[in-house]
This record gives sequence, structure tokens and C-alpha cells, in this order.
Amino acid sequence: MKKSILVLSFFLVFFSCKKNAEKIVVVDDFKPVKVVKNYNYEQLKPLLEKDDDTTYIVNFWATWCAPCVVELPYFEKIKKEYATKNVEVLLVSLDFPKQVDKKLIPFINKKKLQAEVVLLDDANEDFWIQAIDESWTGALPATLIYNKKNRKFYEQSFEYETLENELKNFLKL
Amino acid sequence: MKNIKTILLLAVVAISTAAFTFKTDSGYLVGDTIEDFSLKNINDTMISLADYKDAKGFIIIFTCNMCPYSVANEDRVIALDKKYKSKGFQVIAINPNDPKASAGDSFKDMKARAEEKGFNFPYLFDEGQKVYPKFGATKTPHVYIVTKNDMKVQYIGAIDNNSKNSDAVSEKYVENTVDYLLAGKKPTKTTTRAIGCSIKVL
Repeated sequence: MKKSILVLSFFLVFFSCKKNAEKIVVVDDFKPVKVVKNYNYEQLKPLLEKDDDTTYIVNFWATWCAPCVVELPYFEKIKKEYATKNVEVLLVSLDFPKQVDKKLIPFINKKKLQAEVVLLDDANEDFWIQAIDESWTGALPATLIYNKKNRKFYEQSFEYETLENELKNFLKL
Repeated sequence: MKNIKTILLLAVVAISTAAFTFKTDSGYLVGDTIEDFSLKNINDTMISLADYKDAKGFIIIFTCNMCPYSVANEDRVIALDKKYKSKGFQVIAINPNDPKASAGDSFKDMKARAEEKGFNFPYLFDEGQKVYPKFGATKTPHVYIVTKNDMKVQYIGAIDNNSKNSDAVSEKYVENTVDYLLAGKKPTKTTTRAIGCSIKVL
């Protein structure tokens, strides 16, 4: 009797593991990242002013920024929901360069972030913060939404609904 | 004629109300006169700017315990205090975060951090988060330099031009501003920007 319970529990464990493994493969095709591109402002700039038919959502964040981490899933959800609607999400990390390997890359892999993450490493903050938007005082999180017809900057946190409503305004134009 | 006068008066009232409303929304700008405040210091005493009878001015820094940019600037704030206290510019640090929204920023945590780092200047708790909106501070760290005689804002922005790495600083914004003011000159750079953590409120 004891033996059969043991065997049964082995089966259960084996079965549930297998099920989980399958789930991961089916739900997402995340490939762990090993490097994150490191840009200065001049290198990042072209990604903030593309002139094509896509609407771009650029979120400025960092792993140490608690409200940024809270709203990241909303950007991921937008990317997924609007994948076929010419919407792209770019996550610009302002993590400290020395923490890229220790914190940023493990974070991306743990959260299985689908949106592209790049690091903005440019000491001349007084220049590029206002170059990105005149209204930005430098607080994180901050988000830029733009397409070739419209451009708006948000020095604030988002809920999913408010983010989606803003995006919808861009898609209407 | 009387009608025109009334209309003009109404217009002036409307415009000044609008201007006033705008100011309360966005906070102080360079050149604005600030209101004094009374906030609790980490030694449990209340502090106002008026308490500093002999001060020539203040280096008011909104900062906190938890933000990595604040932490990266702590030693620079300590150095500013060391350099300028004897010259008449007093460093006043204010934590604008609501501890309910930012674990690690409670009054008790502030006391512990100040003790650990040996802060030799007031580190005030913005109870109810009422003072930082008057300034229009949006992040930590966020610096306001104010002259005492006229209580006017002379500078808003960052401590220097490399918030992440003190070894790579090539322009010390706050030091330059205070040096100009001490020399009786007008500061040349009155606003700068740097990345910081948004102020945490519920």
C-alpha cells in the first residue's frame, strides 16, 4: 500500500512537472538575453523620431524604480494586444551601467520581457532630458508616445487603461 | 468710460488669478519668492528657514533614503554642507516621499540613514507631503537655491553634471551658483536637469 502511494506520488510529480514545462513552451517563446545594447543619446535619438506608419511607445525606466516596475506589465500587454496594429514598444533603461549584468539582464530574463530593452548611458543629462522633451524634469518613470502625425510626453506612471486610451488617440489620427 | 474701466479691472483680476493658479500648479520658478515652512527634523525639533538668522541663503535639497540617485549624491550633499555652512549657505534636506508609498522612507528610517552617514544638516520630513508641491519638486534629488534676504529662488536643478558618477563631474552647478551669489553676482546657469526618482505619494 505504502509503495503504491509512493509510486502514485512520483507519477503526480512527474506529470505536473511535465505539464508546467509544456505550458512554458506554449505560452511564450522567450529567449533569454545575454547583452543589452548600450546607447548614448545620439545613438538613441533615431529611435525617438522614426518617420513611418508605426506608432512607438518609448518607456524610460530602471529596475531600481519601483513605480516603473509596477507599470512594466502594462507596456508588455500593450505590445501583445496591439502586435498586429503597427504599434511598437521600446523600453529605455536608465539603470547604472555597472549594474547591467548584475541587475538589468537578470531582471529581463526573470520577467521574460518581450519588448526590446536598450540602455541609455549618457552623462550629459542636462542636455538630453530636455532634448527628448522640453517638459521633462527628469523624473522616472516617463513615457513618449509618437507617430509621424503626433507626439506626446508623459512624466507620470500609467495604469493599463490610461495607457491604452492614450494609444487609441494616436491610432485614431 | 466707467464700463471700460470695469472691464479692464475684471481682466486684470482674471489674468492675475490665472497666473496665480498656474504658479500653484507647477511650483516655484527661478525668481519667485518662496513661503517659509515648518517641518520636523530628525532630532524631533521643528525647523523653519527663519530660524537661520545669520544665513545668506539656503541649499534646499529634496532627497530620500531609497532612490539610488539620492544615495549616489549623499556624499556630495555632505560636502556642500561642509563647504558652504561657514560661508552662510545652509543645506536643508527634505524627504518629500509618503512613507506609505515608499517603504524605507519613514521618519525612523530617515533618522537611521542620517546617523549612518553623519548628516550635519537638517533632514526634514515633509509630513502630509505639503511642502514639496509648493516648490514644484518632481523628483529626488531636486535642488532649490534660495537667497535669504529676499527669499527668492536663484537656481533649480541638479547638484552637478554627472549624477551617476561623482568622479566624472566637470561642472558643479550648485557650487558655481552659490559662489556667484556669495560674490554678489548673478548666477549664469539657473536651471539644469538630471534623472531622478519620482516623488512617491499614494
